[in-house]
Amino acid sequence: MTALLRRTAILVVSVFVASTIVFAFMAVLPGDPAQVALGVNTTPELLARTRHDFGLDRPLVTQYLSWMGGVLHGDFGRSYVTGEAIGPQLVDRLGVTLWLVGAGMLVALVLAIPFGTLAATWHRRASGAAISGLSQLGVAVPAFLAGILLVQVFAVQLRWLPSGGWTPPDQNAGEFVRGLILPALSLGIVQAAVLTRYVRSAVLDTLNQDYLRTARSKGLRPYPALLRHGLRNAAVPVVTVLGLQLTTLLIGAVVVERVFVLPGLGSMLLDSVSSRDLLTVQGIVLVLVVAVLLVNYLVDVLYVVIDPRLRVRR
Amino acid sequence: MRVRNGALALVLLVLAGCSAGSTASVSTGPDTLSVGFAAEPENFDFTRTDGAAIPQALLYNVYEGLVKLDADGKIVPLLAKSWTISPDRTSYDFQLQPGVKFSDGAPFTAADVKFSIDRVKTAWTISIKSKMDVVDHVDVVDPLHVRVVLKKPSNGWLFDMTSRVGAMFSPTGIADLANKPVGTGPYVVAERRRGDSIILRQNTAYWGAKPAYKTVVLKYIKDPTALNNALLSNGIDVISTITAPDSIPQFETDNRFTVLQGTTNSEVVLSFNGDRAPLNDVRVRQALTLAIDRKALLATAWANRGTLIGSMVPPTDPWYEDLSGYYPYDPAKAKALLAQAGQPNLSLRLRIPNLSYAVSAAQVVASDLADIGVRVSIEPLDFPAVWLKQVFTDHDFDMSIVQHVEARDITTFGAPTYYWGYHNPRVQQLLAKADAGTPQEQVEDMKQVARTITADAAADWLFLFPNVVVAKKKVHGLARNQVSESFDLTGLS
Repeated sequence: MTALLRRTAILVVSVFVASTIVFAFMAVLPGDPAQVALGVNTTPELLARTRHDFGLDRPLVTQYLSWMGGVLHGDFGRSYVTGEAIGPQLVDRLGVTLWLVGAGMLVALVLAIPFGTLAATWHRRASGAAISGLSQLGVAVPAFLAGILLVQVFAVQLRWLPSGGWTPPDQNAGEFVRGLILPALSLGIVQAAVLTRYVRSAVLDTLNQDYLRTARSKGLRPYPALLRHGLRNAAVPVVTVLGLQLTTLLIGAVVVERVFVLPGLGSMLLDSVSSRDLLTVQGIVLVLVVAVLLVNYLVDVLYVVIDPRLRVRR
Repeated sequence: MRVRNGALALVLLVLAGCSAGSTASVSTGPDTLSVGFAAEPENFDFTRTDGAAIPQALLYNVYEGLVKLDADGKIVPLLAKSWTISPDRTSYDFQLQPGVKFSDGAPFTAADVKFSIDRVKTAWTISIKSKMDVVDHVDVVDPLHVRVVLKKPSNGWLFDMTSRVGAMFSPTGIADLANKPVGTGPYVVAERRRGDSIILRQNTAYWGAKPAYKTVVLKYIKDPTALNNALLSNGIDVISTITAPDSIPQFETDNRFTVLQGTTNSEVVLSFNGDRAPLNDVRVRQALTLAIDRKALLATAWANRGTLIGSMVPPTDPWYEDLSGYYPYDPAKAKALLAQAGQPNLSLRLRIPNLSYAVSAAQVVASDLADIGVRVSIEPLDFPAVWLKQVFTDHDFDMSIVQHVEARDITTFGAPTYYWGYHNPRVQQLLAKADAGTPQEQVEDMKQVARTITADAAADWLFLFPNVVVAKKKVHGLARNQVSESFDLTGLS
């Protein structure tokens, strides 16, 4: 219970600090949201009126506090640029990003767990070294490059899959899945490469443990032994990395969304920064901070689920 | 075990299930056309939000005016069947199309014309509303006859009526313009997926000829490569205008596509800050203009696709003449002029938007000017936010490079407070005279304006942006030139 309270306190403080920093940065960035909204041929009077309408003529502290007050009531304000309420937009965009991150993670796990395990059990053979080498290579490939290559091959040349765009799942499930394959692969392959190396070293570590030798000596064949006794132990360090990776996945998603024209939080963030849509940027950062902290929290919970020893320790 | 490992991913997937989707679906049959654009409208309300993207999507397609601009740049009838102009050129009598309805069912009459024109002055917040300042009042003569009385004769007013300020609104259809546009056009906005697309559907009660496509999907793809890939992979049918010129050959050599190259109203201008020394000296401006090899610059900046114009007039304007040879590339003469002006060692700040055409053009400008001993420091500024503030509003620059996209924006040389700080009473008089005269007089006077600003080297018109449209072979009727504010879907067949 105290742990939960402590976590919640950290969450609140982190959100506060992050949003303050972002607010301060946006305030000192050159460029006026009212000017961007009104465009080139505006007049000083119109500019002044719009600044007033936006509340930009108030002191920064007042602007910040009124935004904070709104957020506490679930009101993220209205975008300077679109005039729309920001909250529902955030939910929409977060949905897209979560699908992308989730699918990317799925790809990463599906690839990394078997390959990492194989690389560990074959670590004395050439094939094990080959997997390690490949994963080394994969780590070096940025997600956007993977995305561009995948689009060239599967969309432009073969025309099997769309090169980008988004279809909501409840509208056309088939198109939704087709559209998600390439972005998920470009995000997931890179993550898989990173994860494979961790899975390999974790499994390798486990293979050398006494209890596994005991299991083998009792007559269990290598793979059943690993499955029954080893993987659970190997999972603990992997889950830690997974938590960290989720954060990089979120960041990777920002870039991949741009390459594949997905209307997620990332593309929304880029657009909002360039149009100095302060309130929207604030809202997105808030959501991202909460997401990252939530992931860390979930990782902590998962430890306990995976490793009963941790339960006793608490 | 693996199931538990996947639990995290599963949690995320479940969370993502709350993604709010939309209900309508898009068919991809022969009745549907999908057009890719680079810039997405921020909302649907062009009365309060500036930018080219909203009228590009909505004008002529969803909203209609009394008159429109055809593909050759001529003013032609739309909701007005015909019109007459009084001998003193201040009174316009419009006969309206009968049987026109707004998409919310309200009939379109002369009262709506009065409402729409008056509303520009009262409710619009963007600056182009000033185009309606010349209107004195609007009289409803009968339901199909409306008279607009101007304070003074103005050719510019009727031309402006072809743009978004001339769009016709219904008093019953303005409650939520940002989200629910209500016009008389052949299409209605069926759905919006922010960050992705806008779906237009045929207005079944449309008064005019039915459009060729029942559904048009406007796809918004900011990244030029992604936009091209979408066409190459059958994701879209048309690229409204190519934003990466190097990619054009790959479409030209592919027999699945048609490539149309035309002109726009978008002059890429090297602007000089005429309010400040040393660029307030005409000899310095002329020297810089002579020193820049615009032909080579066009090759570098836009793969040789644009047009050299030499003044602020695109070929689709009635007063166009080719002035591109006025200052032939002549670095020696430029150097001599600089010496004459007492500026042999100039240092200038070239502050540009961080956009690809501006960055590559700036490099040519800097290297050409280095050849005549002018040091140029290139400063890319975040566009639009920083460029707008520092260069456009605060006039804190020596030179800049930016596209001027508006139609007939040569008039900005008659506005001394505009960011190029050009002061010439003769140009101001000529512009006023052109606006008040007969169309023939207008052409003559405007030619004078164009020649004068060129002679003064008020700016250096680097080139006119091309309009390069790429479409699948099956799409017919696309306009080669982009002259109006609209991406006009009504001419498709």
